[in-house]
Amino acid sequence: MKRKLRNITSRLLPVTAVLLLLAIWQTACAAGLISGFLLPSPLEVAMAFVKDFPLLMDNAKVTLLEAFIGLAVGVLVGFVTAVLMDCFDWLYRAVYPLIVLTQTVPTVAIAPLLVLWFGYEMLPKVILIVIVTFFPITVSLLDGFRASDQDTVSLLRSMGASKSQIFRYVKFPGALGAFFASLRISVSYAVVGAVISEWLGGFNGLGVYMTRVKKAFSFDKMFAVIFLISAISLFLMWAVNVLQRISMPWEEENR
Amino acid sequence: MAELEVSGITFAYEETPVLSDVSLKLHEHELVSILGASGCGKTTLFHVIAGLHKPQQGKVVLNGRDITGCPGQISYMMQKDLLLPYRTIEDNVILPLLLKGEKKKEAREKASLYFEEFGLEGTQRKYPRQLSGGMRQRAALLRTYMFSREVALLDEPFSALDTLTKSEMHRWYLDVMDKIHMSTLFITHDIDEAILLSDRICLLTGKPGRVTEEIVIKEPRPRKREFNLTEEFLEYKRRILERL
Ligand SMILES: Nc1ncnc2c1ncn2[C@@H]1O[C@H](COP(=O)(O)OP(=O)(O)OP(=O)(O)O)[C@@H](O)[C@H]1O
Ligand SMILES: [Mg+2]
Repeated sequence: MKRKLRNITSRLLPVTAVLLLLAIWQTACAAGLISGFLLPSPLEVAMAFVKDFPLLMDNAKVTLLEAFIGLAVGVLVGFVTAVLMDCFDWLYRAVYPLIVLTQTVPTVAIAPLLVLWFGYEMLPKVILIVIVTFFPITVSLLDGFRASDQDTVSLLRSMGASKSQIFRYVKFPGALGAFFASLRISVSYAVVGAVISEWLGGFNGLGVYMTRVKKAFSFDKMFAVIFLISAISLFLMWAVNVLQRISMPWEEENR
Repeated sequence: MAELEVSGITFAYEETPVLSDVSLKLHEHELVSILGASGCGKTTLFHVIAGLHKPQQGKVVLNGRDITGCPGQISYMMQKDLLLPYRTIEDNVILPLLLKGEKKKEAREKASLYFEEFGLEGTQRKYPRQLSGGMRQRAALLRTYMFSREVALLDEPFSALDTLTKSEMHRWYLDVMDKIHMSTLFITHDIDEAILLSDRICLLTGKPGRVTEEIVIKEPRPRKREFNLTEEFLEYKRRILERL
């Protein structure tokens, strides 16, 4: 009973904090402390959101599609790279520094190049998302594979297990936790990556919408789209959590 | 002919010699224990017999077949239970069958016959962390048994348990042994346990370790619970303590 109560309070706390913040913001704007030109009030943002709702949804569809395709390819590439690097040590030593290098190049710097090479359609955006999402997946999966318990591996070897069987029964399930942790990161990278690549060239998407409303100085719409992007990222991370709970039932509390 | 024959095993980790000229035999349905101080190379010897380490010298022969350095021939239960935390007890137990290429459904059917005998009924769908230490040990033992019924290597299977659970497990184990007739090589550093359970005891001593003495326990099976209170039991214990 007490535990349940604490659970409810712990869930109410952040909600209260957010509501309080919004209230302060609204009051400050209404009292004229901040000029409406610099910072729209929450109510104005909400109204802009409602007014542009169909347009926002159309653009969100495009951005989400890019993010999904990019993430799917990124996860696949990340997984395959990790497995290959785990199997072949020479590959690990040869490729790992290269992979780290791809992460030191700022996204904003390569995006225009990708646009130049691949045009204004979907391809350059997907490529950019793949580049930013595969890295966390590869690194955490590799760590997960390498952290597998050596005694358990010996046990399976004593049962005559092949290398691929050891991978399937020990290394892969052991790395699942690390995989989901990195997937949560990659999901938010994918959304942000899609938006950034749209800033730098494209016809549709939330990033394009953003550039457009910025040029029109409609800061209420600007804030509306920013909140929408955060909400999408949060929703996707929650979805990853659900996926994790379903695919790792042994982590559930003893009940 | 001995079922398992280990002869002249010499083994070293890089520069540190651990075993020197170790030989022993295990006959059908026999339980032989290897008794020795911590760090004398008991686990290493089992790794060699299981084929996980290649000895520098010597041979491991199972039913007349040389299996030196070939894993996958003998059941091996390691010092830790090593149940996979992400598989249910049932799926842990059938792992050796899956590795041999059997279908999951058939393997589960096969294993289900033994859950009661091993005192594991009702745990099929549970995860290892939901079980007590004693139950986990039983599950690990059943998994070892599912691999092969010929020869089993058990590395201190009961050493992690408290005294009460341990003596309960001993009774249960002697019971099961009478039913399943497995030949067992058994590591322990508990002298009472060795006398209670074994047909023969090999003392592994020295650095590098070698088998210095073999003691036959003549007490017939099934052994009574009071065996460890008898004069003979104490006599065996005295002899072993002298030699260690
Ligand atoms: N992988 C290894 N590399 C190098 N030395 C090792 C390795 N494993 C064990 N040793 C050494 O070999 C010796 C024998 O170890 P082993 O694990 O076989 O002992 P044990 O008799 O099983 O001990 P315990 O009763 O504590 O389990 C020890 O001195 C240990 O430090
Ligand atoms: Mg040991």
